[in-house]
Amino acid sequence: MKKLTMLALTSAMVAGTPAMADLVFPSLSYRTGPYAAGGIPFADGYADYMTLLNQRDGGIGGVETRVVECETAYNTERGVECYESTRGEGALVYQPLSTGITYQLIPRTTADGIPLHTMGYGRTSAANGNVFSHTFNYPANYWDAASVIVNQLLEENDGSLEGQTIALLYHNSAYGREPIRTLQTLAEQEGFTLTEIAVDHPGQEQGNQWLQIRRERPDYVVMWGWGVMNQVAIQEAVNTRYPMENFIGNWWSGADHDVESAGADAAGYRSLNMNRLGDMPVFADIQEHVIDAGLAAGDGSNLGNVLYTRGMYAAFLAAEAAALAQEMSGESEITPAHMRDAMEALVIDAATMEAAGMPGIGPEFAVSCEDHGGTGMAIMQQWDGENWVTLTEFIAPDDSVTQPLVEEDSAQYAEENGIEPQCTTG
Amino acid sequence: MPDQLIFAMEVTANGLLNGVMYALVALGFVLIFKASGIFNYAQGVMALFAAMTLVGIQEGRVPFAHLINAIFGTHVHHFGFDPNAALFWPFAIVSFLAALVIPITALLTKRVSILGFLGLEAITGGLFLFVWLVPAAPAILLTVLIMIAFAYLVQRFVFKHLVGQEPIILFMATIGLAYFLEGVSDLMWGSEIRNLDVGLPQGVNDWIDVTTFEALGYGLFIDNLDIAAAIIAAILVMSLIAYSQYTKNGRAMRAVADDHQAALSVGISLNYVWILVWSLAGIVALVAGVMWGSKSGVQFSLSLIALKALPVLMLGGFTSIPGAIVGGLIIGVGEALFEFAIGPMIGGATENWFAYVLALVFLVFRPQGLFGEKIIERV
Repeated sequence: MKKLTMLALTSAMVAGTPAMADLVFPSLSYRTGPYAAGGIPFADGYADYMTLLNQRDGGIGGVETRVVECETAYNTERGVECYESTRGEGALVYQPLSTGITYQLIPRTTADGIPLHTMGYGRTSAANGNVFSHTFNYPANYWDAASVIVNQLLEENDGSLEGQTIALLYHNSAYGREPIRTLQTLAEQEGFTLTEIAVDHPGQEQGNQWLQIRRERPDYVVMWGWGVMNQVAIQEAVNTRYPMENFIGNWWSGADHDVESAGADAAGYRSLNMNRLGDMPVFADIQEHVIDAGLAAGDGSNLGNVLYTRGMYAAFLAAEAAALAQEMSGESEITPAHMRDAMEALVIDAATMEAAGMPGIGPEFAVSCEDHGGTGMAIMQQWDGENWVTLTEFIAPDDSVTQPLVEEDSAQYAEENGIEPQCTTG
Repeated sequence: MPDQLIFAMEVTANGLLNGVMYALVALGFVLIFKASGIFNYAQGVMALFAAMTLVGIQEGRVPFAHLINAIFGTHVHHFGFDPNAALFWPFAIVSFLAALVIPITALLTKRVSILGFLGLEAITGGLFLFVWLVPAAPAILLTVLIMIAFAYLVQRFVFKHLVGQEPIILFMATIGLAYFLEGVSDLMWGSEIRNLDVGLPQGVNDWIDVTTFEALGYGLFIDNLDIAAAIIAAILVMSLIAYSQYTKNGRAMRAVADDHQAALSVGISLNYVWILVWSLAGIVALVAGVMWGSKSGVQFSLSLIALKALPVLMLGGFTSIPGAIVGGLIIGVGEALFEFAIGPMIGGATENWFAYVLALVFLVFRPQGLFGEKIIERV
């Protein structure tokens, strides 16, 4: 009996001890379910970049990285379960790739002292680091995206959208409703009319929504979609002969699989992107050290596509923060607290991106205690019928519109949750 | 004519055609429920599986490629000439030698059963030696055969062992089957979105657009794919009715649907009829999968179309083919008109829940559905 007890205790201790030999980066991925087509390339890009660092550089600062994947199927409850089951492994930063899961994880990660990186998704007002101490959404957020689209349209319309109509076709979820407030403010400010058109999960049926668009003929349709909603919307736009150049998606509505089914008919469709596309030296490294070595997370076919590149970019930002954490703490085996502090001091400049083999992949930005959101800049890309083509340089959002909204929303959150400002100024 | 009336006409026409798409899914449920009393929760996943299989065959994809690659360290993904693939040449040489040796052995030993293996081997080898892109018609035929094989397996390994069990047990078994098939689809063909092209027309019908524009001053939008779906659904329903009325198997199906015990007593094999019914449901699932897949690409969400069939069944009844059609049309038009008239006032996206509200209203007045058989249970 005594032996059994000892054995049980030893097993429990071994199981409960975090593996400190690796830098652990959990990936709450979704390779199954209705949103798998978007989840797979992102997860592949994230995992492959971490594998590249191990294979090519021997890890980060001499310590190997370990990606712990947990399947969420884009389901919020399963996402929380994944968090609970992986946080004991020494997780340094979470990347849930879901706004719903993000909302659930913000209080949990804050209480557990683990940083959360929601790159271009999640709770927009988490850009206010004063309130959201452990949540980071650099390099851009939804409200930035809405503002960037309007700025680009202003540029194309000689600075005025007075009298024009913009329809927002959105996924009827926390994610899809995020830009409404910003667009309403911008509509008031710029004098355009905003029509909000909701599409229910998963977005397979949009017949009525597109009949409405065909009847009302808005000057522009802006889409906040994800998963099958994107393909269906683009196909419906083709079917109803809506001018594709005036149909613009956010950065989650501009992946390769979103447009490939409509193919050449969708030529002209535009979308935002928070990262640059095109050939980069890092892809050759991944091909050589990861895919050809048989270590790729997927079959290698996604290398270089929109969402793979974004997943890789997310991994790059996590790896840069981990390296900075090692430097700041003087320890190679860092803790989540070190990681958080480094994320708050992260500076991404042209030289850093160039050194990583991905020159100009994103905008230059610096994170601070107050600003966890980055510059909010994004490029606009266009589908030419076969490939995505970069249309613009990185476009800046209108901070005078987005910042007050961030302040207002985060102040409300702070009041509801009794949060004191974490940054000491002066 | 007032603009709102013209728009309402357009919405109604599109709602009717959408209703046909719902009815297509509901038909599969009705067939199985009528013959065996099983509410087949897996019908939506069967549509996904059938459509995935069709695209997989058309594109020459290797089933279970991810699994094969993970186990054997290979990089197979498509059948066809790919000399760069690992193990291609060893495989091709072994295939070629086997193709020579096996028939000689078979002839010398006079063991004809080996010829079966030979055929399989030759096909496997051949697939790797030639680029494989299958045209739509043979691909559909192959998929039908796979759905029939699936029906046999379901009957042989699941429902044969559950004969005489409570309906709730059978229903639970179909839930298990749905999740199993979902996993198998994923494992077999992957989770990526596939484009389905079986030559169906798509996009606005120009004739209707122009004609209505000249007559009403506004061109009505009707999608060619919806028209094609309506025609195919009509042919499918007529074929099913003709099959059940005028063929021996069809009469056996009807006999089983009316009374299992009586059918058994006159020598009808329940096992055979149920395989037949599951096969027909598989074919209906394939048609539904093709129609929905042509619209949105073949991807996981196809399995969720079953949710649209439930209100149709509640409304039309679980045992009536005409009920499924009429129910589909009522749900299609009802939800479209509600979204058109009321949707904008309450935030839109009302289709999903309003279909159920409409079905519930009908249920209150006619619990067995519009065309369902009244259930009388005596104590």
